[in-house]
Amino acid sequence: MGALDTKADAMEAWNRPPVITPEGEGELLELSMGPHHPSTHGVFRMDVTLDGERVLKLKPVFGYLHRNHEKIAEGAAYLASMPYTDRLDYFCSLTNNWAYALAVEKLVGQAVPERAEYIRVILAELTRVQNHASAIGFLIQEMGASGTPLMYAFREREKILDLFESLTGSRMMCNYMRFGGCRVDVSEAWLQATRKVVGELPKFVDEFEELLTGNEILMARTQGVGVLKPDLAVNASITGPMLRASGVNYDIRKVDHYGIYDRFQFRVPLGDHGDIYDRYMVRVLEMRESIGILEQALKEVPGGPVMDPKAKIRGFRPKPGEAYGRIEAPKGELGFYLISRGGAEPYRYRVRPPSLINLTVLEDMCLGHNVADVVLIFGSVDIVLGEVDR
Amino acid sequence: MNSEDFLLGEGILKGLKETARNALGSFVSEERLTTVQYPEQRIPTAENARVFPFLVYDGSDWQAGLRCVACQICEKECPPKCIYIEKSKDKKPDHVGKMQIYPAKFDIDVSVCMSCQICVEVCPFEAIKMDTQFELATADRFGGLLLDREQLAKSNEYYHQIHPTEASEVDARLAAEKAAAEAKAKAAAAAAAAKAAAPAAPKPAAPAATAPPTEKIPASPTAEKEGDAR
Repeated sequence: MGALDTKADAMEAWNRPPVITPEGEGELLELSMGPHHPSTHGVFRMDVTLDGERVLKLKPVFGYLHRNHEKIAEGAAYLASMPYTDRLDYFCSLTNNWAYALAVEKLVGQAVPERAEYIRVILAELTRVQNHASAIGFLIQEMGASGTPLMYAFREREKILDLFESLTGSRMMCNYMRFGGCRVDVSEAWLQATRKVVGELPKFVDEFEELLTGNEILMARTQGVGVLKPDLAVNASITGPMLRASGVNYDIRKVDHYGIYDRFQFRVPLGDHGDIYDRYMVRVLEMRESIGILEQALKEVPGGPVMDPKAKIRGFRPKPGEAYGRIEAPKGELGFYLISRGGAEPYRYRVRPPSLINLTVLEDMCLGHNVADVVLIFGSVDIVLGEVDR
Repeated sequence: MNSEDFLLGEGILKGLKETARNALGSFVSEERLTTVQYPEQRIPTAENARVFPFLVYDGSDWQAGLRCVACQICEKECPPKCIYIEKSKDKKPDHVGKMQIYPAKFDIDVSVCMSCQICVEVCPFEAIKMDTQFELATADRFGGLLLDREQLAKSNEYYHQIHPTEASEVDARLAAEKAAAEAKAKAAAAAAAAKAAAPAAPKPAAPAATAPPTEKIPASPTAEKEGDAR
């Protein structure tokens, strides 16, 4: 992209279809990658136009996993949508729960007890660690290292999922947060187990880095590949580790101070080049920062109730109004927009999914690269199809 | 990448060392063995684990002891609407001795159920709880996964077995309720006796002393109060 001096220039550059001219005499090949392709993390299709190995055009095709989430939620009680949010980004059900609970709490002006806030932070950061670990594992898997890093990540993720199961009853579909707190209280034994797991996490990240960060194959495959420029990232409303890897300092935990994040010391890791390697590094560093937050939060979990005693579960009817609650989910900004007309069901329920919006710049990142790199670039976006299609 | 700065391949060797350490470590330390041979070996399920709901009954006869009073709150609140209840025409006494209707039909389609536990949360009668049984594969896709009330009914002892802490809390709560109900009944009986002794009162407050109407359970004051408290 050239210099974007005026808004008109920016719009023109934005609307212009990216053009890469073919080289030589050969014919162009149109290839449909997916929807059942091992590299697509689910059912997602890319229509790729190739000149030999080079990508000239790429059209992402969404919608194979559309399940009508928003419309279902508009016909169901507020609480009944909570288990459905688990199924958006099924790697991070607890952050999804939190975002939805936050939106509803904003809508009704519900306060959350201190202890519940701490539990939410602990669970969200555990979710972030396990999401980033497995995201990196999948990325390396797509590079051809079939198994080892992914299995190391899953070994660690398993410990965290065990914690989730012993607290919420389910490993992935946690359905744990409620409007005004959390469903059940944590026990002292659970906190001890969490401290133990968190105490071992730095060792795991060290091991992961020892395995990968200096690896020449990883560097050769990822450095300078799939570069996302900061101005395009901002224009396309990219969020999360992808945006920060492009060097834009924007973390909703720092910007919004939702929950109790202003009480914790942590830094926001930023990338420099916006390539796949930076996205990988940003995720590794974010894991370390999350571990830092976890250590601080676990030190000082206060007593008290986990649920506002005035909050009600049945007969929940918010006053007419609208609210947008957003959090920094592991994949980016996850927001829920709700309009209430005073009924038991939301009049409008809208999800702002980070996965879908981060995926919109896929073509810009892939143009001119080889097909093998498309798989890698796609992997570095870190999406879950449950959230892309909803 | 500048190959003069470092030995090319150093990073790969470092990574291989890590892999080797992990692979060999599994022969030395038990902790590194993270998986089990599933059908033969099993990891015990977590106490809070939840799979599909079941109906709790007290005593030995499931039909007599079923706690469910067919109030249909769970049917209404269930997000995927997998519960189907038909009320009975007659009544039977519940755990506090109050005459209640019972479910003539209570079906849960576990192929639709998403194990969200909302039915458990909204139930004011501690009648529906989550099971931990997950090996439910069946060859019959429709009938085999549609559980009726006989298949769903599990004893309170079974509930204690799978969720000991939670079941004890529930028992304590129910015992307190029962004691309160008995005390109330006693007081009411005493009041009724006193009123009967006084000849001036033609009609004592008998309806309040005996069982209140049970047809409108969701709107009944106790049900509403308990549901909100949760």
